[in-house]
Parts: sequence; structure tokens; C-alpha cells
Amino acid sequence: MAKYEVNLKINNIPVTVEEGSTILDAAKKLNFRVPTLCQHPDLCVAGNCRVCVVEQKGAKALPAACATPVSEGMEIFTNSQKVRTARTHIIELLLSEHNSECTSCYKNGKCELQALANEYRVNENLFIKLVDKNTYTIDNFSPAIIKDDSKCIRCQRCVRTCASMQFVSALAVSHKGDKQKISTFFDKSMNDVVCTNCGQCVNRCPTGALVEKNYIDQVWDAVNNPKIHVVVQTAPSVRIGLGEDLGLEPGNRVTGKMVSALKRIGFDSVLDTDFSADLTIMEEGTELLTRLKKALVDKDETVALPMTTSCSPGWIKFIEHKYPSLLPNVSTCKSPQQMFGALAKTFYAQKKGLKVENMISVSIMPCTAKKYEADRPEMRSSGFKDVDYVLTTRELAMMIRQAGICFEDLPNEKYDSIMGESSGAAVIFGATGGVMEAALRTAYEIVTGREVPFANLDIVPVRGFEGIKEAKVLIKDVLPEWGFLEGAELSCAIAHGLANANKLMAAVVSGEVNYHFIEIMACPGGCLGGGGQPIPTSPEIRAKRMEAIYEEDANMAIRKSHENPEITAIYAEFLGKPNGHKSHELLHTHYVKRKGY
Amino acid sequence: MKDKKLTKVDLIFENDGTCATTVLDKVRAMAQDDVIMEMIDSGLKGRGGAGFPTGLKWKFTKAENSFDKYIVCNADEGEPGTFKDREILDTVPEKVFVGMTIAGYSVGAKIGYLYIRAEYNFLLKKLNQKLDAFNVKIKDKGFDFTIEIRSGAGAYICGEESALFESIEGKRGEPRNKPPYPTVAGLFGKPTAINNVETLVYATMIMKYGAASFKLMGTQDSRGSKVFSVSGDTPNAGIYELELGMTVEDFVNDFGDGDTKAVQVGGASGICVPRKKFADMIIGYEGVPTGGSMMLFNSTRSMYNVLKDYLEFFAEESCGQCTPCRIGCQQLLQGIEAVKRGEKHPSYLDSLKKLAETMKLSAKCGLGQSVANPFSSIVDNFREEIIY
Ligand SMILES: Cc1cc2nc3c(=O)[nH]c(=O)nc-3n(C[C@H](O)[C@H](O)[C@H](O)COP(=O)(O)O)c2cc1C
Ligand code: SF4
Ligand code: SF4
Ligand code: SF4
Ligand code: SF4
Ligand code: FES
Repeated sequence: MAKYEVNLKINNIPVTVEEGSTILDAAKKLNFRVPTLCQHPDLCVAGNCRVCVVEQKGAKALPAACATPVSEGMEIFTNSQKVRTARTHIIELLLSEHNSECTSCYKNGKCELQALANEYRVNENLFIKLVDKNTYTIDNFSPAIIKDDSKCIRCQRCVRTCASMQFVSALAVSHKGDKQKISTFFDKSMNDVVCTNCGQCVNRCPTGALVEKNYIDQVWDAVNNPKIHVVVQTAPSVRIGLGEDLGLEPGNRVTGKMVSALKRIGFDSVLDTDFSADLTIMEEGTELLTRLKKALVDKDETVALPMTTSCSPGWIKFIEHKYPSLLPNVSTCKSPQQMFGALAKTFYAQKKGLKVENMISVSIMPCTAKKYEADRPEMRSSGFKDVDYVLTTRELAMMIRQAGICFEDLPNEKYDSIMGESSGAAVIFGATGGVMEAALRTAYEIVTGREVPFANLDIVPVRGFEGIKEAKVLIKDVLPEWGFLEGAELSCAIAHGLANANKLMAAVVSGEVNYHFIEIMACPGGCLGGGGQPIPTSPEIRAKRMEAIYEEDANMAIRKSHENPEITAIYAEFLGKPNGHKSHELLHTHYVKRKGY
Repeated sequence: MKDKKLTKVDLIFENDGTCATTVLDKVRAMAQDDVIMEMIDSGLKGRGGAGFPTGLKWKFTKAENSFDKYIVCNADEGEPGTFKDREILDTVPEKVFVGMTIAGYSVGAKIGYLYIRAEYNFLLKKLNQKLDAFNVKIKDKGFDFTIEIRSGAGAYICGEESALFESIEGKRGEPRNKPPYPTVAGLFGKPTAINNVETLVYATMIMKYGAASFKLMGTQDSRGSKVFSVSGDTPNAGIYELELGMTVEDFVNDFGDGDTKAVQVGGASGICVPRKKFADMIIGYEGVPTGGSMMLFNSTRSMYNVLKDYLEFFAEESCGQCTPCRIGCQQLLQGIEAVKRGEKHPSYLDSLKKLAETMKLSAKCGLGQSVANPFSSIVDNFREEIIY
């Protein structure tokens, strides 16, 4: 439907925008920045912080630019004296309610409230400090997320994120007036409610009220301890996000510089989660084919199909709470992070002649849910934690700054061996649809002996930001041992963001849809939009990250997981065959039914 | 324009028993637009506080192209010192239902909700009985309209129209952004005409007696009469229907105890009129508008305590979502306390007045916007009482 155009003036300059645009959009078009706090490009309009108020000629009140649609002939002033007074008051009010301890705050230098206070040079003492008068709590019981109400400005970005993007609603507004706050169910710890630890709220919190629990000091202690051998693994999408936190534009691939920085920080061995992503494809692909065989050939009706992926720990926690009856449908494969950790303390330790008790395994992840995952009691295959510390992309950036490393000027270096080799199929794990694409590249070839029938191996239908995607692959001319799949059409679906995941699973439960294989990533865009990735995030930023991921894949010499030589080697030397005895011991796991609140 | 004298009126509580039938039959025979024209012509403005012309509200709602439209009767009555809607619902509920039916007929709505404050639940049994019979009666008369009752969430803010919609929709009662206005996107996102209880009864009476006779009462800006809830230092506390346009002095002469130093017009969110302004201040849109609460204070009252009570009320009853109101209310309250204790210089009151002005300009809804009314009018007129 064609949209009407609306003409208005902002600070006396005429501008034409589409009907339905906000004053904020129109101002942006003229390069006038109006400050915002509760507004976020991923979320619906709230209009509650009021820092974006502007003056409208002829109107008594000051409309909120983010929440007010333009109208014909409107005349707006974004920085009149009336506006400045109101805006300064509003910032001062926020600070009067705020525990402003910037020097000891995790968000120091990266906080939207602090930036506004700085910009408006507010006199913090104009109003009475309310902080001491109100009682605030800090919830640091979760291994992943810290919630500090004394830093909260009640913008409700987290609430909207958790409800609309994630369909979890672990956070909600409670009480009114001076007691209003952001609460969990009965004010329990984030660790004891339906929170999936996805960290999407952390990505959108403008202040230090929601942050990841950081393990930076513990990791420094480990790397600086000569008696400890510290291995570090880096997840696929860290290499395309990290640069943003170190001054580069979104979409920069910094794989070589990142490896170089990790070596300079002092990790004893810098390895790649991409290796275990390839391994995941072998294990999960085999698991899928086995389930299909049981269902189709053995007519075993107890086989749970569709099978869903299991590499996103936010998704695992979600399904444990919301669809516990579907847990048999989840692949038993551990996530690549945990597979890697388990192998680091077994296979790798043996090969390098290391005592496991003298090892620390660290992972760099785009994800906060991985912190929770690493803490699960199931994840101790060697008798020790598979992964000791999980750092987000942001924490790594902080370590790089602390180490005084000038990141932009670093040379490109290569991952160490062993468990440092990977394929393009592993890199794309970082984007929604990537696991599906990687799995298809391998499974199709195992079954037919031929490459997937897509130009350059690019399975385009599974790519992109569509909330729920579908793909069907006809399997023809199969190798003799896969005869039962001849002529079958493999039906797949992909969802990213838990609200989409929920929609898809609801359709599965109701029987509306029928799939064999489903990929789910808890975060928007997949891991590239993970809760541990650099802040800010927006659809545009995530699109740039996605481009970078597919570039990285296209530039890899090896593009299929089963062709990664280290994968062939580890099966030959150590694991035996996919889904074999050893794999089950180290690389697979089980799930826990949880309550729906 | 001080020509109006205090005149008692008996429209709202007039109970002739046949009113519903005659009015409904009359309306049924009229075109929708003619009903709306009659309402516009009468000059009736909303009696819930904001004073928006009722006929225009209905006209806008009718103009929207939507299959679903709603009528909502706002009976949340949470303004401190106001208790007239309770009395209306208790004594003449059918006239409220008739008003809703007229509104529904004019705008093309099939469902009407009566949102009644939780504290009035004791009325529910009686109301429901009457309503069941009424719903049958209007069907028989050919109206495609049904009224349902919804019980309130027990918060003052749920009387604000968009928060009220959220509450009926089962959500937390938080005001929405405007625009869109209710006439465009109200309850369940559909065009909605929301009116106060008293407004709807006046609609009934206007359809009974005609706009022309209604217009004879009141002034140019404030047509007709209005129900007042009179409380405070008065020997005559209670509910009175009075013609609009009298001065505060007129009112005080009748209702004061001889020692009145101030009248708070319009409840906690209204304006405090001091004695020196009694003679000039007209009760109506040209002077002090009111949702109906008239609270009289005599010289034994501490205006500091009055203001403090109001601010405590707002600090607690603000929904808390927007910055100017949530924190502003707390600052105003703690600010006057600090001045009283001598911890802040009396000039801090002027900073607070500027803050109240910011709240008026930038708060998201009428609650935060109106705190400046009592604050500035009390601080300006009773500064010494606040400081010493
Ligand atoms: C904080 C707040 C509380 C309100 N409470 C009520 C109320 O209890 N009853 C009411 O009729 N209107 C109340 N209003 C006004 C309504 O928002 C709305 O304007 C009114 O219901 C419209 O009806 P009217 O045009 O008939 O007055 C309140 C407004 C605000 C801002
Ligand atoms: S949240 Fe922001 S303003 Fe508050 S203490 Fe932290 S850095 Fe400072
Ligand atoms: S981490 Fe995810 S699930 Fe938990 S509160 Fe935040 S957005 Fe909700
Ligand atoms: S926790 Fe953060 S995102 Fe949530 S309301 Fe508070 S400041 Fe906003
Ligand atoms: S002005 Fe007050 S009541 Fe209204 S939206 Fe803001 S906080 Fe809520
Ligand atoms: S950014 Fe507009 S009200 Fe918060």
C-alpha cells in the first residue's frame, strides 16, 4: 500500500517523511540527534523515559519524539530552551534515583545514562538523592547475569525484549509509583525463574542494571599462573563481532587479529570452537540419520521426530521450561562449546601429556547462556568441568584493552593445533540457518555421495533474517546403504529468537506442521546477535555481521565439516565412529524437565 | 461575567421512572448523526475531568471505519474527595445504561463496558440485576447493543482512559502514548468512546429535554449543570447538582463554615483557590474546571499537610512508568519536607516549581501533568505555611 508523505519542519528546516514516521525518524533524516533512553530499534515504542521530548509549535505539552507520529505542517524544535530545561530536569531526576558509582560500574564508559549526563553537564545535586531512601537489591546468584536494581532507570527495554523477542517474560514491571521496579516471578533470583540466560535484555539495557557476570579476573589469574595450562576456544561469531568493541565498524572479520591478541594475553593454546562445530555436524547428522532410519525402516514409533538442534543453551533452557514433553526431540549432542571442553580435558590432554587438574579451559562466546551451560552438573565428562570459564565477546574486548594491546595493528595469526582446524560449515554456525546448512552439506553427501545441489554449496533458502524459514531437500540416487531414504523429501525448519521458536514449536505440537529436522537459535539472527556480543545491536548491525559470516565461509579452503582433516583424525585416533561409545560418553548429554514459571 | 448565582438543579437524580423508555424510543427514531448533532449543540463537556466536548468525541468515533467499536463508561472514580459517580450508580443506574446505549447507537458500537472501581463492588449485585433486565429491554427495542460490567484493578491510574483499556484487556494499568486517541484506537485497539458516568447521564437528560433547554443553563464555555462532591470543613458535606458558572465565593457562602481560607477545586489533581481569589474565580472551564470534588479548608488546616497528603498520594499512585512523574512526585514530596525541616533553603521551593512545570510539560499522562496544579497553587498562595 502506498504511503502518504508528510511535510513538516524541524528546527525551521523542511523535511518530508512517510506517514506513520515519528518525530524522531524525521529528526534523524535531517541529522538532528534527539537523545533517547527507552527507545530501541528492536523494540516497540514505550515512550516512558521522556528524555526525547521536543517542542511543538502551538502545543502546550512537549511531545516525546520517539512516540509521536508526524503530522502535516508540524513545526518542531529539538533543542529550544524549554526543551533543554525539561530534558536536563529529566536526566537529573533519573540520576537522583540512581546509584551513580560510575568508577566501580561495569558499564563505565559504555553507559547511555552516563553519556547523557556527560552531554548535558547536569548538576547532580539539584535534587535530593533518593538512592539511600529506597531499598535496592543486587541479584548475583545466576552464573550468567547480574541484576542490580540500583542502576535501573525503568526504561522497560528488558521487559519488552524478554516478552516480545523471547516470549519468556522472566522480567516484568511490578508495583507502582515510588515502588515501581523490574521484577522476576515473586522477586526470585534470575537463576530460579524461567530466564533462559540468553542475555538479550543485557544487550539492550542502557545502564549497568543488567550485565553479564564477568570472569575476567579469574581468567587473568589462570593465564598468569605458570603451573596452569590454559586452553582457549573461540566461537564462530566472536570473530565477526569483536572488532565492534575495539573501535571497528560492524562487519569486520578479525579472526587473525583475535588469535594474535589471545596469544599475547598469554593463553597457552588458542583453539577453535569451529573444530567442535564440525564435530557437532558429524554427531548430530548421524543422530538424525539414525532417528530417520529407526522411524522409516524399523517403524519404531517411539522415535522422537522432528529432531531439534541443541547448540543454543538459551533454547535448551527455554524448552526445558516451556515444552518439557518435547525434550526427547532435542538432539542429545552437547553444544560445540561443551564438546570442545570435554575433548580438551581428555583427548587434547592425553596428546599433550597434560594433567587435567593442571588445566583450565576457557571459552570466548557471543553468549551469556553459555555461562550457565558450562555450570550444569551434566557438563563434567572428564570428572572436571568441561569448560571452566566462559567469557563473552565483550569480556574478551575488555581483556584486550586491559592488556594494552593495540588491536587494529595486530598481525594475523593462525590457531594452534590440535583442535584448531575448521571448515566454512562451522563458521556459519554463527548465523541463523547455519547449522542447518552445515548439516545438509554433510548429510546429503554422506547419503548420496554427491555435494548438495546448490551453487557454491550456498544453501540460500536457509539464510537470512526471516523469523521462521523452511527448506525441503529431495533425496535421490542414494548410496546403497541409505536405500531407505531414496525419494524421501527431508523437511526442515529454522527459527531464531525464542518468540519465533515458540511459534514453531506450538505448530509442531498442534500437528499443524511436519518436519524432520529443526534448527533453533535463541538469539535474533543466531549467535551473531547473541547476548554476549558487542553493544549496541540493531537489525542493521546484525545484517552486517551476517554478511561477514558468509564471507568468512566463502573464503575458507574447506567448506564441509566431514572434510576437516582434524575431524577425520579424531575419529580414527580417539572417538571411533560418530555416535559411538566414546562419543556418547563425552559428547552427548541429557536434559532436565523444569517448571513453567 | 459574574452573572450566575448558585442554583441547585435536579436533573441527574431526577427519577420519573419512565425516562428510559421515552428516551430510548425517541433516540431509536432519530438518525445517528442527528443524535450526535444534538449532543454537539448542547455544549456538553466531559464530566470526568478533562472536559472534552462529548458530541465531538462521539462524532470522531462514528467517523472511524471499523466493524468493532466500543463504548466505555468510566466509573473508576478514584479522585480523592469525589464520590458522585457512586451515588449516581446507586440511585439512577438505568440512566447510565441509557446514556451508554445512546452513545453506542450514535457511534455504531455493539458492546459497552462499564468499568467500575473495585471499591464499589458492593454495588455489583444490584447493578447486574438491573443490567440483565436492561439488556433484554434494549434488544426488544431494536438496539444491537449489550452492556457488560468490568471490575477495576484498584489503582487510581486505572481511571485514566488508556490505562483503563489496558486494565480491561488484562494488562498492567499503564497509560499509553497519545496519539492515537481512543476514538481512533482505544479498547482492543478499536475506536472507542469513553465517558464518565455523569457525562452519560447528562446525555440521557439532553435527549429527554433537548439541547436547547440544557444550553439555557451555565455559561458560554460551561454549559449545563454539574454534580459536586462537597467535603472538608463544611456543615453541608454531600452531593449537590449545581448550575455551572457561579463564583467560588458564591459557593463558599452556601457551603463554607464562615472561616473558609481555601477551596481545593477538582480533587488532588485540581487547583487550590485561596480566599483572596474567591470573588473572581468562576467554577467552570473559564475559571477552575472540576471533575466534581470541592474540598473546603478553614483556618485550622495546615496547607503544608494538605499538600503533603496530595503528594504522598501521587507518589504512591503514579503508575511509575515515566520519569517526570515517578521521580518528580517523590522529589516534590521530599523537597517540601526538606524545606520544612530547614534542610533546604526556602528558595528550593522555586526549583521545585520549575520541576512541577517540567512534569506538566513532559509527563506521559494526565496524572503526572496535573501534579503542578495543586503544587504551584498551594505553594504560591500559602508559601509561609510550607516553610514555617
Ligand atoms: C490519573 C487520571 C485519573 C482519571 N480518573 C478518572 C475517573 O476516575 N473517572 C473518569 O470519568 N475519568 C477519569 N479520568 C479522565 C479520563 O481519562 C477520561 O478523560 C474520561 O473518562 C473521559 O470521559 P468524559 O469525557 O466523559 O469526561 C482520569 C484521568 C487521569 C489522568
Ligand atoms: S549505570 Fe551508568 S551512570 Fe550508572 S553507575 Fe554505571 S556507568 Fe554510571
Ligand atoms: S536473559 Fe533472556 S530470558 Fe533471561 S530475562 Fe533476559 S531476555 Fe529474558
Ligand atoms: S534493567 Fe535495564 S533495560 Fe531493564 S528497565 Fe532497568 S535500565 Fe531498563
Ligand atoms: S504521568 Fe505518571 S501515571 Fe502517567 S504515565 Fe507517567 S508515571 Fe504513569
Ligand atoms: S526515548 Fe522517547 S520517551 Fe524514552
